[in-house]
Amino acid sequence: MSVSLMSAAAVRPALRKHIAAPIASYVRSFNSSATSNMANPAPPDNTPAKKEPLYKTFEIYRWNPDTPAEKPILQEYKVDLNACGPMVLDALIKIKNEMDPTLTFRRSCREGICGSCAMNIEGGNTLACLARIDRNASKPLKIYPLPNMNIVKDLVPDLTNFYKQYKSIEPYLKQKTPPTDGKENLQSIEDRKKLDGLYECILCACCSTSCPSYWWNQEEYLGPAVLMQAYRWMADSRDQFGRERRDMLQNQYSLYRCHTIMNCAKTCPKGLNPGKAIAQIKKDMAFD
Amino acid sequence: MFATRAVTSIVAQNAARSALVKNAAAVPNGVRSFRATHANLEQSPDAESEILRQQRLVRPKSPHLTIYQPQLTWYLSGAHRFTGVGIGAGFYLGALSYLALPAMGYNFDSAAVISSVAAMPAAAKVGLKATIAFPFVFHCINGIRHLVWDTGRFLSLKGVYQTGYAVLGATTVGSLYLASL
Repeated sequence: MSVSLMSAAAVRPALRKHIAAPIASYVRSFNSSATSNMANPAPPDNTPAKKEPLYKTFEIYRWNPDTPAEKPILQEYKVDLNACGPMVLDALIKIKNEMDPTLTFRRSCREGICGSCAMNIEGGNTLACLARIDRNASKPLKIYPLPNMNIVKDLVPDLTNFYKQYKSIEPYLKQKTPPTDGKENLQSIEDRKKLDGLYECILCACCSTSCPSYWWNQEEYLGPAVLMQAYRWMADSRDQFGRERRDMLQNQYSLYRCHTIMNCAKTCPKGLNPGKAIAQIKKDMAFD
Repeated sequence: MFATRAVTSIVAQNAARSALVKNAAAVPNGVRSFRATHANLEQSPDAESEILRQQRLVRPKSPHLTIYQPQLTWYLSGAHRFTGVGIGAGFYLGALSYLALPAMGYNFDSAAVISSVAAMPAAAKVGLKATIAFPFVFHCINGIRHLVWDTGRFLSLKGVYQTGYAVLGATTVGSLYLASL
């Protein structure tokens, strides 16, 4: 270390830059303060020139449970898109980190597999981590929570009812006669293929909360996400309770509030088609 | 033996500690006074569910119809509902008029309707026909679309949009034809 320091003093100024960076990081590692560890290191000199800031307005739904009498509002934030990641979630995290730590939203995996950051972005339900920011800075980007849900805070909806409905369809394998060898449930390749497009659902609730029928009958109607999972178990060759599962839906509300609006398939961030699965249940029930 | 002793000694310690907690109020506000007071009570299960219950009462509903992006999917579905209600209401209104209006002293029968429409200017005739024809044709053709869907066909996103635009096109042609009769 001391050698390199001395030589750094001796070399030409042009070379000094290259040596300065490792020294800086070395010095930083000695720093025991947690807060300064979190600070960004000074950018090395060879980074390209900083782009002109491109400020886009984000209008975000805010409601605070600590002041419940205040009506929900749209709060504006200006974010420099040239200093921000490409996705809406990047912008939300940037706003929370740098501008307003009270902004509340769910997020976890940032790659569209956990379903936490489901919200209404520019009018459509999707995952914030999969939604690109429109770089047209003249138009504000509006972010609301999932539509017609009880709001816990800001962009966080109460999904209790959604999960209860999921539980109600018994989303697990049910059998009358277990496999004869007592070990495995065998399945042909063709039968396994029937589950493609069904099992990928991550239960982000984008589709259910995009469905006008679900808006009006949230308590009674199960909604596209849950119904598709119900069909996932009906379609499984290893499950032996298909008839009983269908019988459970044999009432006015659970299934038949689906009017084939197809907002679900339009909005699904995973490209699945709950509407088709529901139509299949209806068809199977007609022929039961 | 060792294990037992260890356990008993822990119990003894805990007893000493809980005695200390009981006298927490008596302990002067020193370096680390542990107070089992309000803040901790709030986290008991009962208190938590009460907080949750209170919160649920005041939670707002997030906006839906007003903020959701206009899409062919739900706009056509809404149009199907509205045209259905409209045509149904028109049908009942017309049928009841035959029954009720003569009783109320107005002259309302087929001959009177024909003569009054014949007396209208051409633009009004076409306009009137178009306003009746459009919801009727749309509801019929979109109804067929729904019947096709019930067989499981055209239910992909692509199919939904193709049939949607086809319905709109056929509605335009059909209602223009009916209006021109």
